[in-house]
Amino acid sequence: MGIAYILKRLAVMVPVFVLVVTLVFFMIRFAPGGPFDGEKAVSPEIKRNLLAKYHMDEPLWKQYFNYLGDLARGDLGPSFKYANRTVNELIADGLTVSLELGMISLGWALLIGLTAGGIASLRPNTLWDYIPMSFSILGICLPTFVIGPVLVLIFGIWLEWLPVAGWNSWEDRILPSLTLGFAYAAYISRLTRGGLMEIRNQDFIRTARAKGLSEARILIVHSLRGGLLPVVSYLGPALAGIIAGALVTETIFGIPGLGRFFIQSAVNRDYTVVMGTALVYFTLIFVCNFLVDIAYALLDPRVKHE
Amino acid sequence: MSSRTDSLVVIVKADAEEKGHSLWSDALQRLRKNKLAVASALFLILELVLFAITPWIAPYGFEVQDLSNTVAPPSAEHWFGTDNLGRDQFSRVLYGGRISMSVGLLASLVSVFVGVLYGAIAGFAGGKLDSLMMRAVDVLYALPFIFMVIILMVYFGRNIVLLFVALGLTQWLTMARIVRGQVMSLRHKEFVDAARTMGVSSATIVLRHLIPNSLGPVIVYLTLTIPSIILEEAFLSFLGLGVQAPMASWGTLIADGVAVMENAPWLLLFPAASLSITLFCLNFLGDGLRDALDPKGAKD
Amino acid sequence: MSTPVLEVRNLKAHFFTRRGVIPAVDDVSFEVREGETLGIVGESGSGKTVTQLSYLRLLPEPPLRILGGQAILEGHHDLLQLSPKKMRAIRGHKISMIFQEPMTSLNPYLTIGTQLCEPLQVHLRMDRKQATKEAIAAMERVGLADAEAALKRYPHEFSGGMRQRAMIAMALTTRPRLLIADEPTTALDVTVQAQILKLLKDIQKETGMAIVFITHDLGVVASVADKVAVMYAGHVMERGSVDQIFYETQNPYTHALLQSTPRIDLSQGKLPAIGGTPPDLSRLGAGCPFVDRCVHHRDACSRVLPELKWFPPDHESLCHLEGLPV
Repeated sequence: MGIAYILKRLAVMVPVFVLVVTLVFFMIRFAPGGPFDGEKAVSPEIKRNLLAKYHMDEPLWKQYFNYLGDLARGDLGPSFKYANRTVNELIADGLTVSLELGMISLGWALLIGLTAGGIASLRPNTLWDYIPMSFSILGICLPTFVIGPVLVLIFGIWLEWLPVAGWNSWEDRILPSLTLGFAYAAYISRLTRGGLMEIRNQDFIRTARAKGLSEARILIVHSLRGGLLPVVSYLGPALAGIIAGALVTETIFGIPGLGRFFIQSAVNRDYTVVMGTALVYFTLIFVCNFLVDIAYALLDPRVKHE
Repeated sequence: MSSRTDSLVVIVKADAEEKGHSLWSDALQRLRKNKLAVASALFLILELVLFAITPWIAPYGFEVQDLSNTVAPPSAEHWFGTDNLGRDQFSRVLYGGRISMSVGLLASLVSVFVGVLYGAIAGFAGGKLDSLMMRAVDVLYALPFIFMVIILMVYFGRNIVLLFVALGLTQWLTMARIVRGQVMSLRHKEFVDAARTMGVSSATIVLRHLIPNSLGPVIVYLTLTIPSIILEEAFLSFLGLGVQAPMASWGTLIADGVAVMENAPWLLLFPAASLSITLFCLNFLGDGLRDALDPKGAKD
Repeated sequence: MSTPVLEVRNLKAHFFTRRGVIPAVDDVSFEVREGETLGIVGESGSGKTVTQLSYLRLLPEPPLRILGGQAILEGHHDLLQLSPKKMRAIRGHKISMIFQEPMTSLNPYLTIGTQLCEPLQVHLRMDRKQATKEAIAAMERVGLADAEAALKRYPHEFSGGMRQRAMIAMALTTRPRLLIADEPTTALDVTVQAQILKLLKDIQKETGMAIVFITHDLGVVASVADKVAVMYAGHVMERGSVDQIFYETQNPYTHALLQSTPRIDLSQGKLPAIGGTPPDLSRLGAGCPFVDRCVHHRDACSRVLPELKWFPPDHESLCHLEGLPV
């Protein structure tokens, strides 16, 4: 783990990022239809003015390099549909909501997953193992858009314990975050169980017992670090999945997050917003994977900066 | 103690070899012992048959409206009830499953085709080309394909061919890695060299050794790809970006069901249950196949 | 004579598995005194490791069940009667253990220092600073150079010999009265092996601890042990001083074992191996466990388990024969 390794990883990210920008930019532009096609009352003249205002009358390559230049300065441009708002502002609004949803969901996933997996690993092949592991199969196979509505149906509509939609009070956070976190709790519980069970069969655990350590100390000091490595390496894909799953969750629960902007803008052909949100998603996923890799290398002393 | 278990392992191995079972009949036998996988396989076969003959067995057409009988709860005439246009939900779940399953299968074939081709080329070529191709795969792994597919679907019309090609392209990377790994390792295996020194022709080596030996992982991964693609299709359709009306897949049915779940929960629950059970079965079958084909990884 | 540091009497511990009962430890007795080394010899599967792990309560129960016997530490505690908590206070404190594979027996995720300090912190309630000081001293005692820096490193950064030295240092930090060494040199090069054996002897001289040394290598036993117990199929076949075992052999199994060991001082031509294979413990008959492979066996051998024969002053053999036929 050295600075060189971190720099190398970052250096690989730059061309990939440019590749993504290029791909998305031209994919959007070559698609039929444009942002001002939908409006009925737009005369050709006004449309020309609008295109000129947003520099969309310039050649495509010029627009592309202009966009890259703005991007380098951190400017994602103006929105076509939300008048007088920049994409940066829109994203800032949505992102705080989405990040909160994602963090709470991840929190649930870790809390439930680690607890259930830990308990199952301590009492394998008993009810303490079978019950959480059966639930985890449910969590792995049931998609977010099934779990979400079913939870709403049970707790929101039939029992009336929790609100069905919105994003104001703390009660509003419960169902969406559980919906989004459940699948990852399921995976994490299986990985935790598997990892801890494998560690418990290692010779060094016998050594720890021979040293007269308590079971609690053996679990916490000697087993967790190695046993949770599979969970740590799963966090990268899990975070990417949570980010994508948030699209559905935000739609189901009417949450004003980035996901709803992304879908709506895509449908409205609000080019700059689609580009902006897509880039934010990609960046989030890259950064998460990067952080997870660093965490892994810090936890496992055997990983050399390769 | 260890020598005893060792000798036990040797005995078990010798036993298996004595019976002279091929990899496949052996695997089939192991799979048969896995009751969950067998039940899943049977259920999936039943489903495939039902979807194949849906137009002849569905009680109603998927577009047939009966405006005098809308949002009816399940009954003898309409097993899964009717929706807000009075369409029979049972028929719609059947037709929807037909679409979901077809997209899953076709997209998986796309992913197998691309993955096997790419992996095999990289594996056979080796050297610089191989490392370049694999580096590209590493980079692509970091891309969240589902966002690309969303953008693609939004801007290029929601047509179903584009849908399954795009979905297939999200899943080929792992397949390419698996195939490449298999080809690389098999090329230099002792039994291939042995066959060659015994004068077995290249074609026979490929047919008898290389293909059967790399087929296992491909089939296992294929069974696990189908549910993830069905899931992705449902995900897109749920967001309104997949299959378009009047066609319906389980994803769109679930989305429609969510809209009315307060008054008509059956419109949500039946398609949701169908999708979930199918995903369960595909996952169990995939796991069972993996354990059956890879006895080293399986626990008895 | 002084009280033994450890006296194991008639220990009986069987595994109860789905495939049947495996009598892994059957009526095993031995003792070891201060400053003394007891070598326990046998083929793999003879129960020499399971014996130690069972009275240390390091094997999961079930499947293991201890059916009888005593294991008395320093004349008063019977280890088989202690609560898990009291047992933990003895393990790693009064009795330490080192294992065969120093690579897998040290935790790869923790620094050597963390692992060395642990027994001191847990058993002697030292803080990390004090413990580190002791750990450095222990590392220096086992001949690891630059101990302070070494404590900050991870096991994979050490060579095999260094890891075993660290293992020994860890076992010795609490100054145990008894060290159980389970084939500590088997995985090491011959030269490193000799260094480690010498190290153990030197430390024993200095501290007076007792050592139970498990090995399948008779050459190693001859160089380190004062007394020897030969195990076969869960039984102690013969026990006595090193000289008695090597030069006044009474038991046919010991004899066969000695015959099959290469010796530099004798040119023997072809090395005789023991015919047959060790028995399946779950299918042992009523007789002597060695009967199928014994060149001296008689009718009684397959029907009746022999009783221990005593050759004064302190030499015992499990056999129907009155001494070994010449």
